[in-house]
Amino acid sequence: MATRIDRRMAKLRNEGRPALVTYFMGGDPDYDTSLSIMRALPKAGADIIELGMPFSDPMADGPAIQAAGLRALKGGQTLVKTLKMAADFRTGDNETPIVLMGYYNPIYIYGVDRFLKDAIASGIDGLIVVDLPPEMDEELCIPALKAGINFIRLATPTTDDKRLPKVLQNTSGFVYYVSMTGITGSALADTGKVAAAVKRIKGHTDLPVCVGFGVKTAEQARVIGANADGVVVGTAIVNAVANVLGPKGEKTADPAEAVATLVSGLAQGVRSARLAAAE
Amino acid sequence: MNRPATPNSFRTGPDEQGMFGIFGGRFVAETLMPLILDLERHWNEVKNDADFRAELTDLSTHYAGRPSKLYFAEGLTKHLGGAKVYFKREDLNHTGSHKINNCLGQILLAKRMGKKRIIAETGAGQHGVASATVAARFGFPCVVYMGATDVARQSPNVFRMKLLGAEVRPVTAGHGTLKDAMNEALRDWVTNVEDTYYLIGTAAGPHPYPELVRDFQSVIGIEARAQILEQEGRLPDTIIAAVGGGSNAIGLFHPFLDDKEVRIIGIEAGGRGLDGIEHCASMNAGAPGVLHGNRTYLLQNADGQIMDGHSISAGLDYPGVGPEHSWLRDSGRVEYVPILDDEALEAFKLTTRVEGIIPALESAHAIAHAVKIVPAMDKDQIVIVNLSGRGDKDVHTVASMLGMEI
Repeated sequence: MATRIDRRMAKLRNEGRPALVTYFMGGDPDYDTSLSIMRALPKAGADIIELGMPFSDPMADGPAIQAAGLRALKGGQTLVKTLKMAADFRTGDNETPIVLMGYYNPIYIYGVDRFLKDAIASGIDGLIVVDLPPEMDEELCIPALKAGINFIRLATPTTDDKRLPKVLQNTSGFVYYVSMTGITGSALADTGKVAAAVKRIKGHTDLPVCVGFGVKTAEQARVIGANADGVVVGTAIVNAVANVLGPKGEKTADPAEAVATLVSGLAQGVRSARLAAAE
Repeated sequence: MNRPATPNSFRTGPDEQGMFGIFGGRFVAETLMPLILDLERHWNEVKNDADFRAELTDLSTHYAGRPSKLYFAEGLTKHLGGAKVYFKREDLNHTGSHKINNCLGQILLAKRMGKKRIIAETGAGQHGVASATVAARFGFPCVVYMGATDVARQSPNVFRMKLLGAEVRPVTAGHGTLKDAMNEALRDWVTNVEDTYYLIGTAAGPHPYPELVRDFQSVIGIEARAQILEQEGRLPDTIIAAVGGGSNAIGLFHPFLDDKEVRIIGIEAGGRGLDGIEHCASMNAGAPGVLHGNRTYLLQNADGQIMDGHSISAGLDYPGVGPEHSWLRDSGRVEYVPILDDEALEAFKLTTRVEGIIPALESAHAIAHAVKIVPAMDKDQIVIVNLSGRGDKDVHTVASMLGMEI
């Protein structure tokens, strides 16, 4: 069964350009503002949306996404509201794929079966759950695949050729290559090494390979997109929100507009990626 | 919750997936997964390796001062007027607590794995000091993550770590306690995967940590069991230990788990009472969830967000617990009961006065429960309390609780 992610990736492959995958934190700084950011993303050129589920203890995230999660939780965000946000978004957009990204505990507490049922009803297409490696596939990955939701796995520089088949086995939608060992928001790794890693993964799978962690500018998106099937940007978007919040969290400008400006630039980056590669 | 069927032995876990029943496991980011598998491989190699064991035993004896004594606490026994109370004197170890047992084992493992750098998290600073100590002894650079709140309330230990050459990095996220320190240590590890060994201080985290920390700490129970048989000619009626993450407790408990006649009690930090949120009694007032690489009982809200908790004792100030304790709780083999801040403080004062021993506030929680149950027991009964650490580090906290300036 082809999901929105599969369809979108196939379309972009035909267009000959990589996908721009944009992460933002659901509920940051509040529900309504966050929903307006989400609605602005496709118009600004985002191809796939990663909707962040805030968690109190995000072990793989850097200071920017940690702070965004805390703002969201302080603003009253819950998993129930994150699912509602996706459903609200779907009333105006039934094409842009939505991937929920976060940590397992809130899903576990919500209840896996109930979560999958509600996620499908809310128009969710895929899941990225950072702390569920293939060794824990019975928890959520297998039930999600059975329910028709893509389970997108992270591959990292520590995932060697021997381990890659295990990581790829139950992965669907796309593979998310983490460009370096580290937390979100760190400096971008050597782009030559990233290109080699993407090639290595493609030797093991026909799935699209998207690259994230450390991509912040249109130029970086262009360079990474020359070899990858998609470029993931997260911390830069979360920072664009933080930059228009005052010391007490008050908005000094429209966060959705700030995000749209950034994403438009990134979209130009990915759209020129293959032109540059062809030169 | 349905109680699982009683197993033939309580000492066989974890299984190959690192599970104790539904608890434990390996809930970590992919970046760390190959490292954890590598650690497991090395651990399986050394755990029955005679040379490794011999080296550890030699260090435990001549460097750490093992075996620790099993001391008949005559003053406390007379004061309480019931069962005979024994203290397992982990406070007499080098560095002043049981933490050295685990650190010596893991530093030898790190050396074998060819690692170049040690990181650790700490709450009370006992594990941080023990880590800094073994890092100094074996020539490793060492970074210790410590919550900013704990840095303030455990300043003597912060100074000790610095003297030992470790870098102490205060963590300001959350309430600035052990949970936040552990998050930050994991972030360091995920960044420095090539050369860094993460020396976890408690019997929690992703498999194989709960198992290997337990095995390194089981020397406490193995010794105590042999010592009480020698000194009293029989097993104790009850053994008691405080549970934060639970390493001193599992170390005492594990060798006794299949001695059905021995009652085993773990003490959680009841803080200011279980009615509110100011406690760390995850097994009495929490629910199973996933944090820091394992499934275990956690203090959390209805949305699965982890709460910060509270305890007078920095070493118990953690919203989770080692997964084996969660399993022992559900299987019914071990009872877990809370002790309040005030009760621990009273036990701290009492032990100091009648025994001339200043116990760590963590250990004072275990003593406080003995104070409750011992008077109702017969005089020929025996209780062993794990005196997991000495209380010098806590004098500032106690002084401020008592309204004194020092």
